[in-house]
Amino acid sequence: MSATAVPVRSRRTRGPRRTVRARGAGLGLVAWLAGVVFFLPIAWMALTSFHSESDAATNPPSLGAALTLDGYREFFGTGGGASPWPALVNSTVASLVSTLCVLLLALPAAYALSVRPVRKWTDVLFFFLSTKMLPVVAGLLPIYLFAKNTGMLDNIWLLVILYTSMNLPIAVWMMQSFLAEVPVAVIEAAQIDGARLPTVLARVVAPIALPGIAATALICFIFSWNELLFARVLTGVVAETAPVFLTGFITSQGLFLAKVCAASLVISLPVLAAGFAAQDKLVQGLSLGAVK
Amino acid sequence: MTATTTAPVAATPVRTLRRPSSRLRAWATRAPLLPALIFMIAVTQLPFVATLVISFFDWNALYPKARHFTGLGNYSDVLTDADLRHSVWTTIVLTVTVVLVSLIVGLGLALLLDRRFRGRGIVRTLLIAPFLVVPVAAALLWKHVLYNPEYGLLNGLLHIVGGPQPDWISNTPLLAVEASLVWQWTPFMMLILLAGLQSRDHQQIEAARVDGASDWQIFRHLTLPHLRRYLELGALLGSIYIVQNFDAVFTLTSGGLGTANLPYTVYQSFYQAHENGLASAAGVLVVIGSIIIATFALRVVSSLFREEVSRA
Repeated sequence: MSATAVPVRSRRTRGPRRTVRARGAGLGLVAWLAGVVFFLPIAWMALTSFHSESDAATNPPSLGAALTLDGYREFFGTGGGASPWPALVNSTVASLVSTLCVLLLALPAAYALSVRPVRKWTDVLFFFLSTKMLPVVAGLLPIYLFAKNTGMLDNIWLLVILYTSMNLPIAVWMMQSFLAEVPVAVIEAAQIDGARLPTVLARVVAPIALPGIAATALICFIFSWNELLFARVLTGVVAETAPVFLTGFITSQGLFLAKVCAASLVISLPVLAAGFAAQDKLVQGLSLGAVK
Repeated sequence: MTATTTAPVAATPVRTLRRPSSRLRAWATRAPLLPALIFMIAVTQLPFVATLVISFFDWNALYPKARHFTGLGNYSDVLTDADLRHSVWTTIVLTVTVVLVSLIVGLGLALLLDRRFRGRGIVRTLLIAPFLVVPVAAALLWKHVLYNPEYGLLNGLLHIVGGPQPDWISNTPLLAVEASLVWQWTPFMMLILLAGLQSRDHQQIEAARVDGASDWQIFRHLTLPHLRRYLELGALLGSIYIVQNFDAVFTLTSGGLGTANLPYTVYQSFYQAHENGLASAAGVLVVIGSIIIATFALRVVSSLFREEVSRA
């Protein structure tokens, strides 16, 4: 590289580099704009939930109207409407218990499939995956008839069973991919040192796989919390879940916009929280472990 | 190990001893799988078999005594009934439109997010948020807060600039459903494609750039081929979820105005019309459609999966 070439070079590159930087800033701005556009409906929903009903339903929209908690008071039933608490409790029970069941069933299965590979293990994995692709409507009617004949209709524990089956394939796939990240050599070394299986699981496997297991649990929780079709068909008054409660808002009931927004936001909050907590592993979970 | 060393000395007794122990060991490795497997077969496969059986019967729940075997009668009813045929068509249009549009928008957003800029984490969070709204709540949000012709935000914004005041859901019902689904599913596509972009070989791209390749050439000849399988995966997973969509159709239009898709029709034909046989036949058709998509999906997942295994 000769000394004379240096100034020529820098003069030549300075121009393009500056436009590259300007274009980079421009594209950053476009990204920000896109983010704001996608988030706008949620932001507007949040703002409307804090408006009074008369301010919520105006055209043009009233941006700077006074803020109030009336929408939330209405939603929680202090205004005389149906209380959402039973539905929220049902959803919590169905989501938490089914997630726990999923973990109890999926952990041993994923362990058998990843740490100590079973022969034909990919076949087993793909069987689990294929059940996820079987649409809910495929088994809905027999399940409904079964529930009706055995008195299980409007029973939250039936939803627990169904949500467990709904999430089990996802959990097996996800956890299999997380457990596969535990190096076999480390496990073997522990076994040679005389560690028994429970010790290996607790001291070696768990610390490495725990973030993945937590993310799996969060994603199963989200899917159970969101589910509508099973809950709508199989529950009624007693076992109604939060999404079924929301379907009560499908037909307009006069001025109720602030209440709808408050309800939608409150019921979405657990999902938003779980989703942001699992953000880093969200893709891996949603793509059934195929994308890392 | 002891078996192999003693084998030449006393072949037959060892072999009989070894067989049960190795069988036992094989069962020990399989045992942890069994609860999950049995549970899945019982809860997902048995009901489907029952659906298949019911689909061959003419069975209205209101007239249980008139139940009789009709063979493929329900299937010919489903395929000749204009409403049901329309719902098949609606399902296809809805799925294809939502998947394609959210994939394209998702690709654009993923490309934007792949570069460094101030507040990238915040923008990522803002973009993921729509996917994390409960689907029924999202549908309610679109129906009442955005689409409402009198006080919805869309018409509110149009009012400010002096535009028209359309009744979105009545005028363009299917498009209204599609738009709300695109809003929810674009983040999903973006996340998968972003993961794809970040797994690119950056040295290769750098080398291409040094060789004088333009941004477009790099995108066309390096990025896009690399992304192909991520695009396929996003499309297929998105299809599987959107073919089954019930929440948006149920909430936004209640299946009216020609937006009833197959899951909604199945729901309606047994939950409201009590036509168990017809509902089952329609359900089986949804399954056949899903199997077609799923076959491709499994192929893509297994190719990505095999790559992961060979890399590990």
